Amino acid sequence: MDLLYDIFADPFVQMAGMPDFFVQVLWEGFVTGTLYALIALGFVLIFKASGVFNFAQGIMVVFAALTLVGLYQAGVPALLALVLSLGVMGTLAVSVERLVLRHLVNQPDIILFMATIGLSYFLIGFGEFIFGGETKSMITSELGLPTGSSVVDFAGGIVIFQHIDIAAVVIAGILVTSLALFFSKSRIGRALRAVADDHQAALSVGISLNQIWVIVWFAAGIVALATGIMWGARSDVSFALQIVALKALPVLILGGFTSVPGAIVGGLIIGFGEKIFEVYWGGLLGGGVEGWFAYVIALIFLLFRPQGLFGEKIIERI
Amino acid sequence: MFKKVTTGAVALAIVSTLQIAPVSAQETLYVPLLTYRTGPFAGGGIPIANGSADYYAMLNERDGGIGGLKIVTEECETSYNSQKGVECYEATKGNGALVYNPYSTGITLQLIPKAPVDEIPVLSMGYGLSAVAVGEKFPWTFNYPASYWDQMSSIISFIDTQDGGIKGKKVGFIYLDVGYGKEPIPLLESLSESMGFEVVKFPVAGKEMQTQSSHWLNVRKENPDWMIMWGWGAMNPTAIKEAAKIKYPMDHFIGNWWSGADVDLKPAGEAGKGYRSANMAASGTHFQALQDVIKYVVEPGNSQADPDTVGSVLYNRGLYNSVVVAEAIRTAQEIAGHANITGAEMRAGLEALDLTAERLAELGLADFTAPIKATCENHGSGGSIFMQQWDGSKWVRTSDLIAPMTDLVRAELEAAADQYVSDKPNWKTQSCN
Repeated sequence: MDLLYDIFADPFVQMAGMPDFFVQVLWEGFVTGTLYALIALGFVLIFKASGVFNFAQGIMVVFAALTLVGLYQAGVPALLALVLSLGVMGTLAVSVERLVLRHLVNQPDIILFMATIGLSYFLIGFGEFIFGGETKSMITSELGLPTGSSVVDFAGGIVIFQHIDIAAVVIAGILVTSLALFFSKSRIGRALRAVADDHQAALSVGISLNQIWVIVWFAAGIVALATGIMWGARSDVSFALQIVALKALPVLILGGFTSVPGAIVGGLIIGFGEKIFEVYWGGLLGGGVEGWFAYVIALIFLLFRPQGLFGEKIIERI
Repeated sequence: MFKKVTTGAVALAIVSTLQIAPVSAQETLYVPLLTYRTGPFAGGGIPIANGSADYYAMLNERDGGIGGLKIVTEECETSYNSQKGVECYEATKGNGALVYNPYSTGITLQLIPKAPVDEIPVLSMGYGLSAVAVGEKFPWTFNYPASYWDQMSSIISFIDTQDGGIKGKKVGFIYLDVGYGKEPIPLLESLSESMGFEVVKFPVAGKEMQTQSSHWLNVRKENPDWMIMWGWGAMNPTAIKEAAKIKYPMDHFIGNWWSGADVDLKPAGEAGKGYRSANMAASGTHFQALQDVIKYVVEPGNSQADPDTVGSVLYNRGLYNSVVVAEAIRTAQEIAGHANITGAEMRAGLEALDLTAERLAELGLADFTAPIKATCENHGSGGSIFMQQWDGSKWVRTSDLIAPMTDLVRAELEAAADQYVSDKPNWKTQSCN
């Protein structure tokens, strides 16, 4: 009976009894969800363009953040370092297209996937060679990002809003919206969808596959840099940061690998869901449950929509 | 014919050289260094590796080694991965290894059963399995200056001296959810019963190290009076930032000695002000031994360390490890009566180690750390720790030495040691009578 109360009643009693804390949990879920959406978007863009899950997205986050901090430590002013880091991610996009993808046109998807695994390990080694393995601090204030917090009185308690979290939500929101609009409304966006449908058919109507690949890998690089800055500001910049990208997996399962709106909605569902479950139900299972609970949410959605929330329904005609 | 003779002579010369090499190796003191300069925990592994290697290099340059023999070190990269650690062990043990310092609880657990078989001792200095402090049950493994259980008991002792004592208080324990983080839980639960405080646990999975907002929401909900952290790597700065974010009182947040490095607090900076951690060795370069390291190794450009990191918490931790190994080698040489010692003789040296305050002063390390005295029964020493506190930009030592609750801890350690060997019928123990 106690167990039933703990599962079905107590969490809601807690939510009603401490509304300020519940709002704090919702805010944390919203911030986390927005950042998950940003990470997931990096995967979705590349998947749409090449039909491949980019295993290297996580290390791209680390590589971009380390480039930024490394340049700053070398004496480059923060904003110039940011621009140069974008340039490095652009160079990486061109290099990946020239040295890897161009040679794998029309190869099975699994070959492209394996290539991104190889790329991932190359970037880990190359990054450690260039930047060393030492932990670095993100140049948050140097980039003009806000620090500190605002405390708001609410329902007899307090809700704390970190300024960097507010900035993260705004920046992620702008990036996600811009990229979503760019890839849905622009000519390049239409070309991207054509490439996603069929490489050879897209080539036959004059779409430059190579150009599209460079653009999406560069866009994924921008997303990686933004993710690296935001997450680096919350923790630090080290090679452990690449694990953060794996948090996007349940978002992708839920939202679908090909849907930009899916990445956004999926990110928010996972963000809210894991925080609420961890805080109000996690204690019943010993805590530390959010990592796997995100997958439970995703799997529940999969039962009803195997293609994901917004994924395209796959129809194979024989 | 001439060509064949010449080729044969060259081949013979090469083979001879190969045969000479092991003889040459036997006339040195070979200390393999299992390090991790890459991977997610490299931020901590690099300064430890540098401090460790630089002290041996300094002894070679300044003193010509130990007992007239040069120390040969060989780094093997483990990436803090247990499987790679074992591979490193297997690859280097045949070269005359005197001792292994795994620098990972996971690797230590793998090497404990191998040590008596290969007769190469393991020194897991302040980490690894706490129960190896019981020398009768673990003749080949050492964990002085103190085990995790000693350390936890010292932290609890410290808390008990603050704010009217620990009785009736709630203590939160946030830990990396691996063998290392779980290691002190049995003692913490035992102390909570005997001292009358409540424990709330917050496990952090490896992949959640940098996404701890849920954990700290739970901390806010539970509102513990004190928080203790057993973290490592990226978990530490994230936890400290999250604690500051929920406005947890930082002076009531205490890390163990793996959660109190410069790299852990620098990302938080001013926000981490007041955070405390345990430590076993002082930081800074004002010690004569550190000055010698700078003079003989760092300044000539023979160190891999960034000069700014020399004297940092983890650099000095690595250096301290090498000081202990070097003193154990010296002790082993005295016992054996010769300089060219074996792993078995090194074990005797580790067991007879008596690093007194006077000896520390002779080494140029006065007040660097608490003395260590090992015995046949006690491989953990039960050494004292001290508290340091982050002032917003650097660590400041803020307490005298805090002794562990030896009586309580020893009984728990013996029970755990008995439990470990109970299902191993061929386990080699030793009698200390």
